[in-house]
Amino acid sequence: MEQIPILMVGDCLLVSIQVDMHDQLAMALQDSLMTKIVETGARGVMIDISALQFVDSFIGRLFSNIASMARVLDAATVVVGMQPAVAITLVELGMTLSGVKTALNVDRGLALIRRMIAVEDGRGRREA
Amino acid sequence: MPKPSDSILPTLLDRHHKRLLEDWFIQQQGTGAAVATGDDAETRAHSVRFLTELRKGLASGELDGIEGAGWSGMREVLDDISRAQALKGFSPSQTAGFVFSLREPLFGLLRREVGDETSRLAEEMLMVALLLDRLVLYTTEVFQKSREDVITRQQQELLELSTPVVRLWEGIVAVPLIGTLDSNRTQIVMENLLQQIVTTGAQIAIIDITGVPTVDTLVAQHLLKTVAAARLMGADCIISGIRPQIAQTIVHLGVELSVTSKASLAGAFELALRRLGKTVVDRAPAKPVAE
Repeated sequence: MEQIPILMVGDCLLVSIQVDMHDQLAMALQDSLMTKIVETGARGVMIDISALQFVDSFIGRLFSNIASMARVLDAATVVVGMQPAVAITLVELGMTLSGVKTALNVDRGLALIRRMIAVEDGRGRREA
Repeated sequence: MPKPSDSILPTLLDRHHKRLLEDWFIQQQGTGAAVATGDDAETRAHSVRFLTELRKGLASGELDGIEGAGWSGMREVLDDISRAQALKGFSPSQTAGFVFSLREPLFGLLRREVGDETSRLAEEMLMVALLLDRLVLYTTEVFQKSREDVITRQQQELLELSTPVVRLWEGIVAVPLIGTLDSNRTQIVMENLLQQIVTTGAQIAIIDITGVPTVDTLVAQHLLKTVAAARLMGADCIISGIRPQIAQTIVHLGVELSVTSKASLAGAFELALRRLGKTVVDRAPAKPVAE
């Protein structure tokens, strides 16, 4: 079965979705991503969907779910490179992905993850 | 209904073409149909074409309707006239009047020629009346359609005119919205804005609603959709230009805008610059130039 590669960049996991997502592939991605976070102790997850042309509500929910799950595992999630058409579709579907951070491209996404991790660490220090 | 071969109309038209045309002109002057076209020579040209095609149509023998091939020339003439009238802004009755004004000259012609045969006269008149009615209906339809085309085109132009996305600074774009937001326009604004975010790599989008007359729940929903879509692309939105009345309306309606908003575009721009880590400072006054 085809698989979406998960790359380790520093302490972040980078997932680039280059193929059309079907539900089974999506579930497999979610599964392997969580396993990978636990294995590597990654602090951030970046999902690059710049090549994704179509989304449905299932994939929309997948992003929300991954973000929530990763948060439980202490990793920040950023979805980057969404196409205008995809953004419009998601909004029309009523999915604003309010729990998910977004960025225009991988570069900005990486900067955002750094900031999020820094904020998270700062909060941890204050509480300690 | 007389059979085509029975009708003497084609023959009469051939024989009395000139006289009929003159009668028609007089009639047009009287009813104001000629004035309506604004141009005497043009009306004359139209009338001559009309009569020629009327003869052709009658000669074709299709008297039950004007949809057939025999009337294609006539339809073309009517298309031309109606369209020209519609574009010049004349009323439908003025346009229909052009065709209707032929009724009296035609009836007059029939009365002169077959006036002594009462039943024949009645039949011919009925046929002429029916035919003219069809022609007028067709004229009005074309007229209406041309007007609708004009309206559609203007709407399209309005849409294109009223939704520019401007780049204010590196990383900041603004959308000055003018006029009421309906779902059609929201769609276009959204598409333009998102495309511009991609091209300019903007991080902050300012939506200025100074020119939006009213904000009701529907407009607010459209605004929030746009904001949500921009956020999905990784850009923050600021809504600016909220007038005092609009602020009151929004609260009275119980609409939750749940997005950063500023009263003026200037305020929003300042906030955007600050978020990008930029400040605007006054320059030290220039030293007087030594003479």
